[in-house]
Amino acid sequence: MPETNRELLVQTRQLSVERGGRTLVDSADLALHAGEILTLIGPNGAGKTTLVRAILGLGNITRGELYLKPGLRIGYMPQTLHIDASLPLTVARFLTLGGGDKHRAQRALERTGAAGLLHQPMQALSGGETQRVLLARALLRNPQLLVLDEPVQGVDVSGQAALYALINELRHELGCAVLLISHDLHLVMANTDTVVCLNGHICCHGHPEQVTNDPAYLELFGHRAQAQIALYTHHHDHAHDQCGEIDPEHSHHA
Amino acid sequence: MPDFLLLALGAGLGVALVAGPLGCFAVWRRMAYFGDTMAHSALLGVTLGLLLDINLNAAVAFGCLLLALALVALQRSRQLATDTLLGILSHSTLALGLVAISLVSPGRVNLLGYLFGDILATTAADVITIWLVGALVLGVLAWLWRPLLAITVHEDLARVEGVRVSAVRTALMLLMALVIAIAMKVVGVLLITALLIIPAAAARRLSHTPEQMAITASAIGALAVTGGLAASFYWDWPAGPAIVLGATGAFVLSLLKPSRF
Repeated sequence: MPETNRELLVQTRQLSVERGGRTLVDSADLALHAGEILTLIGPNGAGKTTLVRAILGLGNITRGELYLKPGLRIGYMPQTLHIDASLPLTVARFLTLGGGDKHRAQRALERTGAAGLLHQPMQALSGGETQRVLLARALLRNPQLLVLDEPVQGVDVSGQAALYALINELRHELGCAVLLISHDLHLVMANTDTVVCLNGHICCHGHPEQVTNDPAYLELFGHRAQAQIALYTHHHDHAHDQCGEIDPEHSHHA
Repeated sequence: MPDFLLLALGAGLGVALVAGPLGCFAVWRRMAYFGDTMAHSALLGVTLGLLLDINLNAAVAFGCLLLALALVALQRSRQLATDTLLGILSHSTLALGLVAISLVSPGRVNLLGYLFGDILATTAADVITIWLVGALVLGVLAWLWRPLLAITVHEDLARVEGVRVSAVRTALMLLMALVIAIAMKVVGVLLITALLIIPAAAARRLSHTPEQMAITASAIGALAVTGGLAASFYWDWPAGPAIVLGATGAFVLSLLKPSRF
């Protein structure tokens, strides 16, 4: 991996989160460097969201250390968005709530493939549209780090692949790092540098190829995972056929 | 127009102007029941004020704020749902207020006035207090408008983007306590939430932006006050309930407009 000479953005050391006597995250060590995509995978209740919330300062850390690069600009895309129907809020207004003006908002929407939505009310958006608007709001922060919690929720299968491809494109364009939570394996793996497999503690981590052969990973995800690796490989080839230079880094170490 | 009616109008319009935008936040953030609970605790504030012989408005605002903080502390325990906690606090504080006030000064206090408002007995000093406090509340609301909207839309997102969420939320509670203190004179503790919620709800269908909705709510509140006082003057309706019915009328009329976002 070339990331060793890149700037360190986030590092956790033995980070643990306990709530109500239960350990949700157990001694997690992870490091994220500039320009890198790190994907957290794991079953439901594995503590993925808890760990990410701790990194974002949204939840308490029981033990351990968290380092964030001083002044790190984070663009955050939350898992869900519920805006009460009584609040008249257009997409433009939603986007400018995080800072910036309408023109920047429109450019961000164009970048996430949602250009026509600027004057729509937030409550009228479909699941996929909401995700693209949330991604646009994260982009408006000029992020050095994009944090995405299950970004493809409520998006149909073909849309999911497109959204992940978009995230990968954006990462190269902006040179930002990406911290991604996902539970669907094959789509994510084509576009990621490091996979961290979490189940309370970190079971295994490394390149996608490395992790998918790890016994701890196979134990956690079993045959379903193996079936998806086949899918993943297929998808991976397919993506390269269409746009060969989209992921130069990936081919570099593939 | 007789003086007492002018003073009543001055007080009512002052409260309606602040209740508009603040009521919008109560609706957007689903705080209707919360506002009710705070308002019910106002009676305890009155008792406290009488006991300690301090300014009643200040005592009421203080009492409401205390209740809000107690609620925040109780919510941390997560054993009971928020609406259960609100139900307990709302009715217990009202009952406690009624008992306390009858023990502290039996016969001396116009209980009905506190419960349903006593706007026709407004003094010039009341009007000045209402406008001063109202101006303060509007000023703070304008100053915190964007962070308030940001935490209403998504608290975590706002926090990651640098908004100091708990400070802004506490400020909103403080503003609510202040408005309840000045609105008590106009509609009484039992009807205050109506003055917050109904004009804002009526403004929803007439608005396309949050700011439009806030201003429209103020205007509808002002109309309700004017109409209610007129009904009180000409037909001898009780003024507080008449004002609330005025707002309800506006809400029903707003339903005639076709729904849209």
